[in-house]
Amino acid sequence: MNFWEYLGNRHQQLLADAFQHASAVFQCMVIATLLGVLIGVLTYRREWAGNLAITSTATILTVPSLALIGLLIPVLGLGVAPTVTALVLYGLLPITRNAVVGLRGVDPTLVDAAKGIGMSRAARLLRVELPLAWPPILTGIRVATQMLMGIAAIAAFASGPGLGNQIFRGISSLGSSNALNEVLSGTLGIVILALLFDAVYVLIGRLTISRGIRA
Amino acid sequence: MPETQPPTAAAAGPAADAGPAAGAAPVTGATIQLENLSKRYHGSALPAVDSVNMEIGAGELVVFVGPSGCGKSTLLKMINRLIEPTSGRIRIGGEDVTRIDPVKLRRKVGYAIQASGLFPHMTVGDNIGLVPKMIGWSKTKVKDRVEEMLDLVGLDPKEFHGRYPRQLSGGQQQRVGVARALAADPPVLLMDEPFGAVDPITRDHLQDELIRLQRELHKTIVFVTHDFDEAVKLGDRIVVLREQSHIAQFDTPEAILTNPSDDFVSGFVGAGAALKRLNLTRVRDVGIADFPTVSVDDPLQSIFDRLRAGTHSELLLLDRKGRPYKWLRRGDLMRAKGSLARAGTLVGDYVTRDATLRDALEAVLTDSSGRVAVTGRRGEYIGVVDMETLMNSVHELLEEDRLSAMEAQHELEETRAQQTHLAQEGGAAAGPVPENGAGSSVAGGGGRLEGK
Repeated sequence: MNFWEYLGNRHQQLLADAFQHASAVFQCMVIATLLGVLIGVLTYRREWAGNLAITSTATILTVPSLALIGLLIPVLGLGVAPTVTALVLYGLLPITRNAVVGLRGVDPTLVDAAKGIGMSRAARLLRVELPLAWPPILTGIRVATQMLMGIAAIAAFASGPGLGNQIFRGISSLGSSNALNEVLSGTLGIVILALLFDAVYVLIGRLTISRGIRA
Repeated sequence: MPETQPPTAAAAGPAADAGPAAGAAPVTGATIQLENLSKRYHGSALPAVDSVNMEIGAGELVVFVGPSGCGKSTLLKMINRLIEPTSGRIRIGGEDVTRIDPVKLRRKVGYAIQASGLFPHMTVGDNIGLVPKMIGWSKTKVKDRVEEMLDLVGLDPKEFHGRYPRQLSGGQQQRVGVARALAADPPVLLMDEPFGAVDPITRDHLQDELIRLQRELHKTIVFVTHDFDEAVKLGDRIVVLREQSHIAQFDTPEAILTNPSDDFVSGFVGAGAALKRLNLTRVRDVGIADFPTVSVDDPLQSIFDRLRAGTHSELLLLDRKGRPYKWLRRGDLMRAKGSLARAGTLVGDYVTRDATLRDALEAVLTDSSGRVAVTGRRGEYIGVVDMETLMNSVHELLEEDRLSAMEAQHELEETRAQQTHLAQEGGAAAGPVPENGAGSSVAGGGGRLEGK
């Protein structure tokens, strides 16, 4: 069976895996974005807190993904729980770091002006600081998504959902007639998904970044 | 959102007369009182702002001026509590605002800063409408107000409403900044070196605009600058600050120019105080002399006769619309063989009645016979100002300034004597009154020094 025949035969299975893969990454990204921005907002104003947030999320990223999932299995069991936990943890670094850096990068005179014209703390954050820090935060989200696309494949190790299952199946049956097709289809699927997500982010950027600060 | 009243007829110049008397126009500003206001930062031996006492009248434009590092910006930011005072009291319109919610305070106090401080991600309209929206105005009211404010600062609402700040020039941004500060109609406006970042020509325009605005609105404006000339141009009164915001002198520009209280102030005033003084007086304030005139429509013979018979050896020839056209000397007509077109010298320079004496002096100095024609609104001839008039009025002005300064000094000494007297008579009874507090009650327009 060549690659095209394989695709024709298994397209239903492949689409289901791809959908699950995308859905897992998307949901994890939503959680990671909320958490990452929240951590950024809570820590950016104190030097040590912001640095601590960046350093600790960076430390998580240095743990090999296979090891992290392996370590999570005894605690959370198999399936969705360790997958989501691992993906969210990995997604935090780019988002948290860009949120902290972005919020710190807002021109202090603008914050002063916002204070001076009588904006409350919350109004300042929501109307001035976050909109101005949004472009770097969005970049962080984009980078995190690309990363999670790849890492999500490892989730199959913990019986998680997604295209990783194709890859693992192929690797475990190396030598069999479909092994290469399985690995190839899983990998290509992930690449295509990553490109699609990226295109969506470009669109989101167009829609959500004010024309006044768009480069 | 009342439409601002039209400028009162011939409202006196921005720097006219002393003190908070803002003329007949209704004053929308509020008084600002600072009582023993201090700011002390952790880890520094000396306070950044040391026990400042000041009273700013409603509708007054007061300029804080001083060298960098004197704490003038700090003092300004303490008024809207962007910097919280360590001790002391702030009253706005009589109300103690030292402890109220700072957000509430700042909505009553407009704030404009250097380089405008506009939010780049919002349109001009959104920037201006921000504060009114926050205090809960309806959408249509906000929209109307935004247009009104743009109009007020001289920008076409249709053209600028939807633009982003980066699409504006520096001067336009600054105008929008002022519009935003005034949008919610606050009684008090704080301006922190607002024109520091624009080129000199634009700055001049913006200053003129501010003077015009203030004539219409009568807010209480506190303006910070390090440029003494700007202070003289804008201020009803000027506060010269030295390090730690000690008040070196708090007085009208005239008084500071003619009678600086000490070496520090005179050093800051810089050279050419008398010349700067000329900027404060308008041509309309000095005697405009009559000059014999003839019209181009007059028969040639009568012009000829007047030149020969008149006590003046010179006539001013006016064109058909009554505008100064040519200076005619006695011999000119003869030399030109009776042709008006060829006779005399064209009037090169003229000034309006609103021109400063400095402009007039400039024109007089460049004119070969030492005089300049004064024209009205449509360029029609009104009179002439010459070197002698200028000299005399400048002398008079300086003398007047000197006298009023002496009077103020005298008054001040009297108050001090009274204070010491009081202190000696019943020290305990006068206890709760801070030492400087008594001084503020006689502040009026006269000079007031901080008791150090």
